[in-house]
Amino acid sequence: MALYSEKVMDHFMKPRNLGVLENPSGVGEVGNAKCDDIMKMYLQIENDIIVDVKFETFGCGSAIASSSMATEMIKGKSIHEAMKLTNAAVAEALDGLPAVKMHCSVLAEEAIKSALKDYFEKNNIPYSSEDFPEFDHDHDHDVPAED
Amino acid sequence: MMKVYADNAATTRTSEAAVQAMMPYFTTVFGNPSSLHSEGQRAKEALEEARATLAKHLGCTPREIYFTSGGTEADNMAIRSAAFFGARKDKRHIISTKYEHHAVLHTLRKLEKEGFEVTLLEVGELGTVSAEQVKAAIRPDTALVTIMYANNEIGSILPIRQIGAVCKEAGVVFHTDAVQAVAHLPINVVEDNVDMLSLSGHKLHGPRGVGAMYIRKGLPPVNLLEGGAQERGKRPGTENLPGIMGMAQALDDACAHLDENMRKVTALRDRLIAGLSGIPHCVLNGDPVHRLPGNVSFCFEGIEGESLLLLLDSKGISASSGSACTSGSLDPSHVLLAIGRPHEIAHGSLRLSLSEENTEEQIDYIISSVKEVVQYLRNMSPVWRDLMTGKRQFITKE
Repeated sequence: MALYSEKVMDHFMKPRNLGVLENPSGVGEVGNAKCDDIMKMYLQIENDIIVDVKFETFGCGSAIASSSMATEMIKGKSIHEAMKLTNAAVAEALDGLPAVKMHCSVLAEEAIKSALKDYFEKNNIPYSSEDFPEFDHDHDHDVPAED
Repeated sequence: MMKVYADNAATTRTSEAAVQAMMPYFTTVFGNPSSLHSEGQRAKEALEEARATLAKHLGCTPREIYFTSGGTEADNMAIRSAAFFGARKDKRHIISTKYEHHAVLHTLRKLEKEGFEVTLLEVGELGTVSAEQVKAAIRPDTALVTIMYANNEIGSILPIRQIGAVCKEAGVVFHTDAVQAVAHLPINVVEDNVDMLSLSGHKLHGPRGVGAMYIRKGLPPVNLLEGGAQERGKRPGTENLPGIMGMAQALDDACAHLDENMRKVTALRDRLIAGLSGIPHCVLNGDPVHRLPGNVSFCFEGIEGESLLLLLDSKGISASSGSACTSGSLDPSHVLLAIGRPHEIAHGSLRLSLSEENTEEQIDYIISSVKEVVQYLRNMSPVWRDLMTGKRQFITKE
């Protein structure tokens, strides 16, 4: 059995919306290099619609695929719809992720929300802090493979 | 697409000669070596021939060889034997290094819970240990020094002969995990001052599921398993004769061509190291001089190892990495941390382990592929962008 689903490999090998936006409406960066994954999301928002989105990712195959899939899921959507994106939906759209890689989908959700928060703050749009919960970064990593 | 297998430190391709050497012991000479009848006795003869082959190549006597299920079992058995032997004389201190294989480190961790005290020596940035360090760590209650012959991840070869001499002088038992060294380096347990040594079949073009422990005459092996009288009662269970015959054949072939293979593989290794060193902001891991012929290990700043491996795999190249994502834990490889690589750098590690089956053409293909993939991943990495724009400081040199 392959490590990843065909969907994950497809988004890893041919990432969608890879790159940067020069003058984004909102930017979000999450994760840290010490624990392996960093994602950066750039949003271009016009009339509450996400007209363009780009990402950069430092991380494993599932981190790159999760970023790619998440951008596909919010592109062209309203910011209200984007706020409803969950990590579970990203993982499901990728036909599942291995248990130890689920945190990659969490990071993708978090990166998009972080970029939206940045947009709200830059434009003095009121938001509820409940919309931006602290994410659980339990990586489910504490079962090392004994090789 | 070119296919390049460059993960020989993980496992090697079983050679045709080894497979052919195994075949008769499944179907023709299939007897149990413990049986009295002639079918059994033919198997017994073959078993003892294989034991003599191993002894010849290690420089010991056949009675000092015990066949095991592999390197892990040999490590466990050797360490347990020395610990038991030491405890009888009230010696419960063991010296090892921070970057041993888990077969050694986890056995030591278990012994700590059983009342032993373990000193793990620092390995420095080059990833080696000196005889002086060992000498300074030896105490009156030291029961065992266990130090690997060569490191599996970064390729450093340790000064085993000198460490062995220090142990001999102090009267301390010395074990070496030589899984990565046997059949790749000239080894002689007497000249190397080694009391116990572990080896594995599948790291030397033999089959997996088989290995051996050398234990010097006079040191009593301790059973990990209880059972029949095989291996003089110390390692019970019907012998894996096909595996043993395959391993002996592979070792015999490797030793017959040792100088030639070392020269060839070292030249391939140096060509690969020179080529990859041209990539900016990378660092070679391990001792550049005292180095396994087939080991190439680098860290590339600004990228992560698993995505590097997946992209290389898509180009037909099999390699490995010590990144957290590939180790299945939050931390990158304990070996890379032991030589002082920060987490950020250790995540971008790549190990290519070569054998005499690799070609120059393959090496050049690896170099161009790694360059391309590293550049591609850096171009999508926010870490690399921060490094290039000065928001983050480079750790490695240009």
